[in-house]
Amino acid sequence: MKVGVVTFPGSLDDRDAARAVRAAGAESVALWHADADLHGVEAVILPGGFSYGDYLRCGAISRFAPVMSMIIKQAQEGMPVLGICNGFQVLCESHLLPGALTRNHGLHFLCTDQKLRIEKTDTAWTSSFVSGVEIVIPLKNGEGSFQCDDETLEILEREGRVVARYLGDDPNGSRNRIAGISNARGNVVGLMPHPEHAIDPLTGPSADGLPFFTSVLTQLVGK
Amino acid sequence: MASDTVLKAAASPETVQPFAELGLKVDEYARIREILGRRPTSSELAMYSVMWSEHCSYKSSKVHLRQFGEKAPYSAALLVGIGENAGVVDVGQGYAVTFKIESHNHPSFVEPYQGAATGVGGIVRDILTMGARPIAVMDPLRFGPADAPDTRRVLPGIVAGIGGYGNCLGLPNIGGEIVFHESYSGNPLVNALCVGVMKHEQIKLAKAAGPGNLVVLFGAKTGGDGIGGVSVLASETFNATGTAKRPSVQVGDPFTEKVLIECSLEIFAEDLVVGIQDLGGAGLSCATSELASAGTGGMKVALDGVPLRDPSLSPEEILMSESQERMCAIVEPKNIKRFLQICEKWDVTATVIGEVTDGDRLVITWHGEIIVDVPPRTVAHEGPIYNRPIAKPSYVEKLASIDIKVPMPESPSEVREAILKLISSPNMADKSWVTSQYDKYVQGNTIQSQPEDSGMVRIDESTNLGVAISTDANAPWSYLNPYEGAKLALAEAARNIATAGAKPLAVTNCLNFGSPEDPGVMWQFAETVRGLADGCLEMGLPVTGGNVSFYNQTASVSILPTPIVGVLGIIQDVRERTPMAFDRAGLQLFLLGETQADFAGSEWAGIHKVIGGKTPIADLHKEMKLIDLLLEGQSIFEAAHDLSQGGLASTISEMVLKNNVGAQIKISGPSAIALFSETPGRVVVAIESFNVQLLITLAHRNGIACKNIGVTGGNDLLINDTLIALPELRKAYTETFPRLFG
Repeated sequence: MKVGVVTFPGSLDDRDAARAVRAAGAESVALWHADADLHGVEAVILPGGFSYGDYLRCGAISRFAPVMSMIIKQAQEGMPVLGICNGFQVLCESHLLPGALTRNHGLHFLCTDQKLRIEKTDTAWTSSFVSGVEIVIPLKNGEGSFQCDDETLEILEREGRVVARYLGDDPNGSRNRIAGISNARGNVVGLMPHPEHAIDPLTGPSADGLPFFTSVLTQLVGK
Repeated sequence: MASDTVLKAAASPETVQPFAELGLKVDEYARIREILGRRPTSSELAMYSVMWSEHCSYKSSKVHLRQFGEKAPYSAALLVGIGENAGVVDVGQGYAVTFKIESHNHPSFVEPYQGAATGVGGIVRDILTMGARPIAVMDPLRFGPADAPDTRRVLPGIVAGIGGYGNCLGLPNIGGEIVFHESYSGNPLVNALCVGVMKHEQIKLAKAAGPGNLVVLFGAKTGGDGIGGVSVLASETFNATGTAKRPSVQVGDPFTEKVLIECSLEIFAEDLVVGIQDLGGAGLSCATSELASAGTGGMKVALDGVPLRDPSLSPEEILMSESQERMCAIVEPKNIKRFLQICEKWDVTATVIGEVTDGDRLVITWHGEIIVDVPPRTVAHEGPIYNRPIAKPSYVEKLASIDIKVPMPESPSEVREAILKLISSPNMADKSWVTSQYDKYVQGNTIQSQPEDSGMVRIDESTNLGVAISTDANAPWSYLNPYEGAKLALAEAARNIATAGAKPLAVTNCLNFGSPEDPGVMWQFAETVRGLADGCLEMGLPVTGGNVSFYNQTASVSILPTPIVGVLGIIQDVRERTPMAFDRAGLQLFLLGETQADFAGSEWAGIHKVIGGKTPIADLHKEMKLIDLLLEGQSIFEAAHDLSQGGLASTISEMVLKNNVGAQIKISGPSAIALFSETPGRVVVAIESFNVQLLITLAHRNGIACKNIGVTGGNDLLINDTLIALPELRKAYTETFPRLFG
């Protein structure tokens, strides 16, 4: 089972995402931004970081990387894609997901152990969770406030595409406290908090993030 | 304007040169003329001025710093010592760890965000230059009073700058300190520590060996920022009427540095460089002269080949520019193709600007004309050395003779009020307003970070080998007694490593002082170095490197002497580390070490503006026995937390708040001494009841006093008859920073 992890210039959590993929029992394959070949992977993770220095707008340049044209195409055909933090921003810029991530309402970068509720468990990346479960995983970003127009928000809520919602203190001013969403098909998920930093309580606040990575394995095995 | 060439310089000895404006003294300028046998060209003058600055040459500190070598204890772990970009120690399993602290104080006052950001960038490149992957950063900070208007200007900017740069590099920020004191008004301290890891065989040195080898400049293009940063900015006292110094501050681009790190690590992995040096203070002047000086001595460089961001820069400006995110490598011709390929992969600009030559001259040309022709050693390693006048300031005896009186709360309501006052004071209060702006999780190896006693990172996922680092300084103690202050800072940093279960291994330091031209400041400095060198010798810990920052003063007012001491330790299995706080009820709490009435320089005295008295005398033998006890007994400690600033009151408050588990504490004697005294060599540990006898035996064997002070549990902190509910304690502890800084 091969899961690709893309490295853009400025990606930071690529090695962490690869570690999480291995911890879940899959093989991680490093994908290079300038390489249009996906090397036979069956799912892709766009990791956190500051790809291309967040120049212009977070994710705006990465969206045009050669590797993204293949990822966009295959995602549209149903390949599981998870965008974490900067990866979520790239997915929005790529129009695989609606909306945009803007500056936190507190105007500071915020690194905190964030409580979330998993609300959608029929996606490629959340099927190992029980719906409604509360988890704690790290949140760390400066531009994590999910924004979209009223119509999009209504569609996301009506179609049950909110994957995770923030609990407790509002960390960033996201609309409806949205921490993550999926596309209509459920194969593409964008998540602002970092499940790859919560696969072992030794190095994270919990192991609550691991089910994101085992979910995709189950999905691929069951295919 | 035509360049000032060596030929012109030889023909025009009478030309008046602006050496004083560049920070050189009359006799220093005369010495340059003597070395060259003619007047320097304007480019040579630029190079000497930056390289002979206090910041680069250590000209006032060198005579003292020698003690770190002379008194060095033997250490089998030391792989690379003082003199390279950073020291390297063996941590076992084939791994080597490099770590160092540097100051970026002056730029951070002038332009807080960029000053602090480039401070992080500079130390990270120093670590990278050794061949290591940077794995964590820490930032000891000092500010003027928390409510002073200028603190509100510089603190948010400095914190955002450290976060902005470090977060974007993907380096976890695992600790540091924030201390407020009026002496730092106008002179905030921004010290940045970085730690990196590599395999032994990957260690790289800054030397240019092998004639015919190529000199390659790679990374960002050179711009006009930071010109004269080390000489004009870092080596002079701020003056209220001086010219604006903003052009001397560098501007950082962490994205470029992140790419440069990955590119360099790929180059190192294929063993493509003979020597490497980063471009930091003094830029290209430093990199070329140091590489040549440490190698065989000869190098020629075509300066017009340097890629420029601003094509109007003169050769003098190019030599002095401190543009960030640049590296200089020495590459064998057979490897240059592959080297450039890797740079291209990462979109890193790389240019061959020269080559290593026979002989002992550094020759720099500008469009074919020779503008620099110097013996590189005279620029880099044989700068002026000053034995500055030293005089013990009169305040020292005067303050030591004061029998200080601090408030001594006794009744439960007085004790309660005192504890809340202490832990809500800016120095003691919760720092998460700051640390939540730093990424502590990236790289996935962070085991401990602020507010733990030390930062700890795993360096091998399969064996769980890890390193812990703590930085400490107690400037009020150093002010009263710089010799003891340095030893006490060392002891505290080592203790903070050991509470987690890591064994102290090596020391780095960043010595922040006022003007070396003030004999009183020089006395503080000399005493500090003597104390630290003596302390390291006694504790068997080698100093692997460090940094001196002088001129931290405004007009005649100097900062408190602030020797930040960083201690690095090894832990064989990070899964076994001891956290600072207990997570359950029913554990026995013991205080290790004896408590005296040590209020001189304490937080309790500071809060009440009580200055003076005698500092504790460091008993390093006892500190080492305490460390032995902490390491021997590690498996029985459920929690261990050092007592330092704020005494037992602060330590126990932090312990109960961390996991929201209360405690019932019994103290005897005057409450103020038990709670607020800062006698060194003390730790609170939590153990299971069935381990009590074992602890007593271990403590007795190591000659460490050991006293049961209570048990864990409940929703309150109860000290004798004083009860504080945890929510109330938390409110006092956490409200201060948001209230002050928004």
